[in-house]
Amino acid sequence: MAGLLAACASRIDDYFALIISNIGINVILAVSLNLINGYTGQFSLGHAGFMAVGAYTAAAITMFAGPKFAPALTQGAGIHVLFPLALVGGGLAAALAGMLVGAPSLRLKGDYLAIVTLGFGEIIRVIFRNVDSLGGALGLNGIPAYTNLFWVYAFAALTVYVVVSLVNSTYGRGFLAVHDDEIAAEAMGINTTHYKITAFVVGAFFAGVAGGLYGHSILTIAPTGFDFMRSIEIVVMVILGGMGNTTGVIIAAVLLTLLPEGLRMLAGAPVSLPFSGPFNNLKWIADTRMIIYSLLVIVLMLARPQGLFSWTKRTATKPGS
Amino acid sequence: MASAAPFASPRELSERPVYQPSTPQLSTLLTEFLQQLINGLSLGAIYALIALGYTMVYGVLRFINFAHSDVFMVGSFAGFYIGRGMPKESFATGFLALAGAMVVCALLGVTIERLAYRPLRNRSKLTVLITAIGVSLLLENLGQFVFGAAPKAFPTLFPVHTFNVAGLVIGSNQLVVLVVALALLGALQYIVLWTKVGTAMRAVSFNPQAASLVGINNDRIISFTFALGSALAAAGGILYSLNYQAIDPLMGVLPGLKAFVAAVLGGIGNIPGAALGGLLIGVIETFVNGSRFSTFTDAIAFAILIGILLFRPAGLLGKLQVEKV
Repeated sequence: MAGLLAACASRIDDYFALIISNIGINVILAVSLNLINGYTGQFSLGHAGFMAVGAYTAAAITMFAGPKFAPALTQGAGIHVLFPLALVGGGLAAALAGMLVGAPSLRLKGDYLAIVTLGFGEIIRVIFRNVDSLGGALGLNGIPAYTNLFWVYAFAALTVYVVVSLVNSTYGRGFLAVHDDEIAAEAMGINTTHYKITAFVVGAFFAGVAGGLYGHSILTIAPTGFDFMRSIEIVVMVILGGMGNTTGVIIAAVLLTLLPEGLRMLAGAPVSLPFSGPFNNLKWIADTRMIIYSLLVIVLMLARPQGLFSWTKRTATKPGS
Repeated sequence: MASAAPFASPRELSERPVYQPSTPQLSTLLTEFLQQLINGLSLGAIYALIALGYTMVYGVLRFINFAHSDVFMVGSFAGFYIGRGMPKESFATGFLALAGAMVVCALLGVTIERLAYRPLRNRSKLTVLITAIGVSLLLENLGQFVFGAAPKAFPTLFPVHTFNVAGLVIGSNQLVVLVVALALLGALQYIVLWTKVGTAMRAVSFNPQAASLVGINNDRIISFTFALGSALAAAGGILYSLNYQAIDPLMGVLPGLKAFVAAVLGGIGNIPGAALGGLLIGVIETFVNGSRFSTFTDAIAFAILIGILLFRPAGLLGKLQVEKV
């Protein structure tokens, strides 16, 4: 009996540890996307694609490259060297992909860029589906469980630090200039192309790291897990938090990770209502969650486009367009 | 692990079966080529119908209506419910379902524009784009809630017959697709070029401010454009479902994206361009699907999009516009 209780306790701890780790991963994703979508104003819908590149590369390093070239690193304390290397490797691969996406983005704006990045995300998935050595459509199984809260939060802190100090540096004012008015920025001598690519490369790097952490946390990755909906989730975090507002985006990432878990717990719980009917348990909330989210996005855009957690308005009103 | 994602969703864009009319074993290369061409044209005609909605809305409002692909889905479901209530497949049933779905979607399109896009008329493009994505997600999730997420078998609305012509196999539904699509394209061309409201549409597209100065009610013209585009999407949805035979609330996503690529390929804002782009995308996709590279079918449209945006951003029939500050 005591053993059973202990087993339950550790199970619950695992569950909460997983949620806390997911919060950290989503913070990395949202804050890095905020650099592209929020600060630089280049609306990207392909963040899950970068995440996929990072997840697959990092998994390939720990599963195949590590044991082959440095077997000493795959056991004992060695994994504390191999794992960060794999994460950075995944990040670099994703950054390369980010550069490939950034290059055509120089000529594209707004809607077109959104569609092209979406297309890139899909192409990346189709490619992974066709690479048999990485599991093809079935995905990659048996990834070692290297992710722990230390690595998640170390990289989350690094992401926040890099993005915040980048944007607040003299150099980083260029991102805001590109966001506010590209033509004016160019007229002032700012190399807008350079800034856009930098935003994509840095954002994609951290998305790749988050992908690596994600893969080593859920232990199995498949192309299905990195689809358009995954990108949309991250985009919604950025929109909800307020584009170009790192604090708000972090709050939104935490809330949006916790919300479905909370709803899932509530889903089975009965509620006492003065009337009887389909609303007596909260299952309907869980069922309609996505409807509520999408309505929230629309209402937010109509009523509060600066996001839920932005109180000061930085954006200047633009004439025309 | 789905719990990792706040938006756990069953959506899988590319793993769903691809529209692929049955291709028999043909002896000669030429007949196979012709067969694929016919299959491709009938698929392309559907893409063309959807692409017209994107291109017309872009023409008057200068933004991409992400929700258009879900209007296409609603059109299919409208056809499904109308067709199920009808006695037997016949041309009357088919055309009634087609007309009914077109009316439903025209109303839906006007409603979306009125509630979600019109209040944002003078806001930044990004705000409108995000709203459009929100509307698209809303329709998809409402669809899953109302219709159920499981695929449904689409009723055979039209009488089915298979013609064998000189070794080519042509299904009657393919003919229905081609005839209906051509008729609708002709009707659209007539409306846009020869009627008063069509002239007004072109005027709004050229210059909204000048159009309102000469007494055009821009709001009404924009509503009309949405109605027209959404009705065409509904027709496309039914024609697509006739050949694909299973419908579900996420069915619109991929055809919608490909139709969008078609609109860009032809030159966005250009009506004949959208038709040409749709046919090209349909034919290219069918040929790729019939080749060794069939697993890359879904990536082809995006590769074309990226290529066209890099090398000819105005599209095949579009004119490059100089941006004025």
